[in-house]
Amino acid sequence: MVPPASYAALSGVLFTIGVIGVLVRRNPLVIFMSIELMLNAANLAFVAFGRTHGAADGQIIVFFVMTVAAAEVAVGLAIIVAIFRARYRINVDDLSLMRW
Amino acid sequence: MEWVAFLIVAACAVASAVGLVVRANPLHGALFLVANLFCVAVLYLMLRAEFLALAQVIVYAGAIMVLFIFAIMLLVPGRAETGPDPLGRARRLAVPVAALLGLIVVPLVARTGGPAVAPPPGGAGAIGRRLFTDYLFPFEVTSVLLLAALVGALTLAKRRSTP
Repeated sequence: MVPPASYAALSGVLFTIGVIGVLVRRNPLVIFMSIELMLNAANLAFVAFGRTHGAADGQIIVFFVMTVAAAEVAVGLAIIVAIFRARYRINVDDLSLMRW
Repeated sequence: MEWVAFLIVAACAVASAVGLVVRANPLHGALFLVANLFCVAVLYLMLRAEFLALAQVIVYAGAIMVLFIFAIMLLVPGRAETGPDPLGRARRLAVPVAALLGLIVVPLVARTGGPAVAPPPGGAGAIGRRLFTDYLFPFEVTSVLLLAALVGALTLAKRRSTP
């Protein structure tokens, strides 16, 4: 029987890898995918902790996180495509001003 | 036996996450992320969250990643991240700093919680019943959020007719 703490530790490792991806990469799409990785790590921790309490509430929160992530991806990708249309380059270091 | 399965799936999850960060081509990164999402779905199954495992595969690996791959193909794959890096030194520093964060976070989350108790029902019926009784208001708010995201994405993607 694997204790839920092992799942929580694994989720911490995945979260850290996601943080490294956000900090190190320059392509906004890869940064975005690293954020998805961090969201998934948090979801895994939710389910693991729900297992220690014997309640399904953790799983329901994960369901809501998935919905919010879907909305976030739709809007975020639309923003990245709009920026690419305007600048023809996607590099987060070029985008230091919050205007067109 | 369960430990063996857990260790294999965990190793696959970590390896695919590292692959996402390391590979230069974002398309390879997207495929690594799909592998990682499948690994997490298997972990959900091992935690007896059957509905979430299926939702993970359908929503994340199915819908969201297709959107990602569409965007990558649209934005000329493999052309970003070339040329000199003015922030190279800071980026190399970011890796040990983030590793330090991991050294803090992993023992912290591993220490919380206790032994596993009887698993809560994780099937679609049980989750749906809770969702439409105790969590009805957040559920309805979620539908408004999705509508707002839909309208926002449409507005952003529309070409401006008059400048």
